Amino acid sequence: MKRLILIMCFLAGPLWAVQPDEVLDDPVLESRARDLSQELRCLVCRNESIDESNAELARDLRLLVRERLVAGDSNDEAIDFIVDRYGEYVLLKPTTTGANWLLWGAGPAMLLLAAGIGLIYLRGRAKTPRAQDDELSSKEQERLRQILDE
Amino acid sequence: MITELGHFALILAFMVAIVQMVVPMIGAQKRWNSWMAVAEPAANAQFFLTAFAFGALVWAFVTSDFSLRLVVLNSHSAKPMLYKISGTWGNHEGSILLWLLIVTLFGAMAAWFGAGLPATLRARVLSVQSAIAVAFFAFILFTSNPFLRLAVPPFDGQDLNPLLQDPGLALHPPFLYLGYVGLSMTFSFAVAALIEGRVDAAWGRWVRPWTLAAWIFLTIGIGLGSWWAYYELGWGGFWFWDPVENASFMPWLLAAALLHSAIVVEKRESLKSWTILLAILAFGFSLIGTFIVRSGLLTSVHAFANDPERGVFILMILAVFTGGALILFAMRAQAMEAKGVFGMVSRESALVVNNILLAVGCFVVFFGTMWPILAEMFFDRKLSVGPPFFNSAFTPFMVALGLVMPIGAMLPWKRGKIGRTAWSLRYAFALSVAIAMLVWAMQTGRSALGPVGLFLGSWMTIGAFLDLWSRTGRGSNRWGRLVRLPRADWGKAVAHSGLGISMFAIAGLTAWQAEDIRVAQMGEPFDVGAFTLTLEKVEQVKGPNYFSTMGTILLEKDGQTVTELFPEKRDYPVARMPTTEAAIDYRIMRDVYVVIGDQQNDGGWTVRTYIKPFANWIWAGCLLMAFGGALSLSDRRFRVAAGARKVPTDGVPAE
Repeated sequence: MKRLILIMCFLAGPLWAVQPDEVLDDPVLESRARDLSQELRCLVCRNESIDESNAELARDLRLLVRERLVAGDSNDEAIDFIVDRYGEYVLLKPTTTGANWLLWGAGPAMLLLAAGIGLIYLRGRAKTPRAQDDELSSKEQERLRQILDE
Repeated sequence: MITELGHFALILAFMVAIVQMVVPMIGAQKRWNSWMAVAEPAANAQFFLTAFAFGALVWAFVTSDFSLRLVVLNSHSAKPMLYKISGTWGNHEGSILLWLLIVTLFGAMAAWFGAGLPATLRARVLSVQSAIAVAFFAFILFTSNPFLRLAVPPFDGQDLNPLLQDPGLALHPPFLYLGYVGLSMTFSFAVAALIEGRVDAAWGRWVRPWTLAAWIFLTIGIGLGSWWAYYELGWGGFWFWDPVENASFMPWLLAAALLHSAIVVEKRESLKSWTILLAILAFGFSLIGTFIVRSGLLTSVHAFANDPERGVFILMILAVFTGGALILFAMRAQAMEAKGVFGMVSRESALVVNNILLAVGCFVVFFGTMWPILAEMFFDRKLSVGPPFFNSAFTPFMVALGLVMPIGAMLPWKRGKIGRTAWSLRYAFALSVAIAMLVWAMQTGRSALGPVGLFLGSWMTIGAFLDLWSRTGRGSNRWGRLVRLPRADWGKAVAHSGLGISMFAIAGLTAWQAEDIRVAQMGEPFDVGAFTLTLEKVEQVKGPNYFSTMGTILLEKDGQTVTELFPEKRDYPVARMPTTEAAIDYRIMRDVYVVIGDQQNDGGWTVRTYIKPFANWIWAGCLLMAFGGALSLSDRRFRVAAGARKVPTDGVPAE
C-alpha cells in the first residue's frame, strides 16, 4: 500500500504541481486559490499540499477549489465544501474545534507553565544566601584550580 | 570474502561493546583501576572494528557486488561513483551502520581526549556510550543486517532512488548523524554524572564542547537538507515541516538550549538539574527522530524503512535509555544543588528565558508532529497538521527569541539593569528600525512580513556585533583589542548574527518572492519581474543512468544577457522515476529558479519561473551559525578542558 502511494505520487502522469491551464484569468481569484491550495492536503501523498503535489487527485482538488471560487464562494465556504466531501484529513491547518484546542493551546499553556516555574526558580536564586559549605575536597579544588588557571 | 570479514568485524565489535559496557562500570563502582582501564582500548577496538565493517560495505557498493542483497536493492553498475559510495548510507541498513560508526567514533574520541577527566567519570562515560552502541549493534545484527548475501545474484541492481542521487544528499546524512550521535556523548556525560552523583563547573566545561560539536553538525546537516530540498524538489521550498524534518529540528532546538544552559553550569554552577534533563531529552529526541524515520509510524517523504518490527526495537531502545535516564534523574536530581546566586535581571535569567523559548518551541513542534496520532488514538479523528499550523504556532517563539537575544546576550552576570543594557543597544535599535522603514517605503504591496523580518534580522546582527564591540573597553586601540578578543566571544557574535540573517532571509524570501507559471512558446520572450526569459530550445540528452529533456532558456535583464539556464526533466529507467532538475542562477540578492515541465499540444512547454530574493542568505546564516560554533569550539579554554594538555605532575608552572 505504501509503495502504491509512492508510485501514485511520483508516477501519476507527467504532471508537475499547478499547471498553466489551471490558472484562472482573474489574478485576485487565482491568488486566493493559491492561498487555499497551500492549506489543503494532497490525500494520496505524504505530507504535501495540493499546491505542491504532482498527483492527479491534487489537480482535481485544485480545479475544484477554483470552480468554487469562480462560483462565488468565500474562502471559508470553499474550504467547507471540500472538507464536507473529503473529511477533516484534508486540512493542513487543523481547526480549533473539539479536541483540537489541545493542539493550539498546548504551546501557550506550556509557555505559561515554563515561565511560572522559571520565575519561581529565579526568585529562589535571587534570595538564597551564598552557600558556605564547599563540597569539593582540597585535592579536587587543587585540580579544578589547575584547570581554571591554565 | 571482504564482506564476510566485515560481517565478522561487526559481530566482534558487538562483543567488545558488551565488555566495555559492563567492565568499566563495575570498575568505577568498586574503584578497581584495572577494570576501569579496559574502557580505553575497548573504545578504540570498537571503533576500528566498526570502521572496518563500514569500509567493507562501502567496498561492496563501490565494486557493485550484487551478491549482497543491500547492494542489489540500492545500487546499479551504471551509477556514478560518488553515488555508489553515498548509496552505502542511502538506505536503512547502511545508514544504521553509519550511525554505529559515529557512535563508536565518539566513544573513541572520548577515550582519546578524555585524559583530563577523573578516572571514574571517564570509565562511566565510556561505559554508557558503549551501552548505546550495544543497543544499536543488536539492532543492526538482529533486524537490519547489511551483510546478507543472495543465493542467486542478479546481473544488475535496482538503482538508488534518483532523488537521493545528489551531492547534497550524499553529505546530508553523515552530518545529521554526527549531530544526533554527538548528543549521545552529552547523554553519556549526563548519565555518568548522575551515577557519580555530582555535577560541577568542571562537568559543565567538559560537556560543552561535545554539545557544541553536535549542534554544529546538526546545523550543517539540517542546512544541507534544506538546501537540497530547495534545488531538487522543483518548487523552491526550503522547509516543509515534514515529520522527519521536525525530527531533526527538535534535537537542534534542544541542543541549542543545552549549549546555553551548560554555560550557566560552567560559569555559575546553577541550572544543573535542568541541564542534565536537557541532555537526556536532547538525545531522547534524536532517538525519537530515528524511530520516526524507521518505523513508518508517521507518513513522510523521508521514511525509508517502514517495518513495524524494527520500529518496536527502536522504541524499546528509546524507552530503555530515556526512561532509564529519567528514572535515574528523578532519584538523583536533588543531589545537584545550585550554588550561584543571581538577581532577577541577569545573564543567568536571560539564559533561562532562552531555554524556555527554545524548549517550549521544541514542545510545540513535537506536539504538532504527534498530534495526528494522538487525535486518531484518543479522539477518533483523522486529521493532518501541516505547515500552516507550525508557521503560526512555532514562529512566535523564534520572533520572541530574536527580540530578546541582543539584550540578553549583553546583560552582565549576577545582576544587571535592563535599562542600561537596552540603552547601550540604542543605535542597533534605531538603525534596524530605519532599515525596516526604508524597505517598507520601497516595497510594492503592503506586506509587513518583509520589513518586520528585516528589522528582526538587523537588530540581532547589529546587536551581536555591538556586544562584541562593547567588550573592547574604552579609549584607544579598541580595534586591536577587538581582534584579540577570545574566540568564544567572536563565535557568539558570529553565530548570533547567523541566526539573525537566516531569520531575515526566511521572512524576505516568503514576502518578496515572485512566481510565474506559463506555457512558453519556442523563441517568444516573456517577462517575470524585472527579467525577460526566452525558451531557445529543448533537446533530449542521455546521462549515465538517466534520460533527460533539457531546455535552454536565455535570461535577460534590461536588454543585457544575464546567463543561460538549462532546466532538466530526468527519467531514471531502472528506478522508474522522473525527477526535475531546476536551473538556478544564484546571485547574492536573488536567485532565478526555472523548472521545465511538459510539452503542450500547441508545441509550447510548461515553464515555471520563480524569483527568490535572499534565498542564499538562509544557508549563509546556517553556515555562519556553524562557523560561530566552530570558532567557539576552537577557543583556548575548550582545548584545555578537553584534556589536550597534560596535567602538570608536580607543582604549578610559573606564569
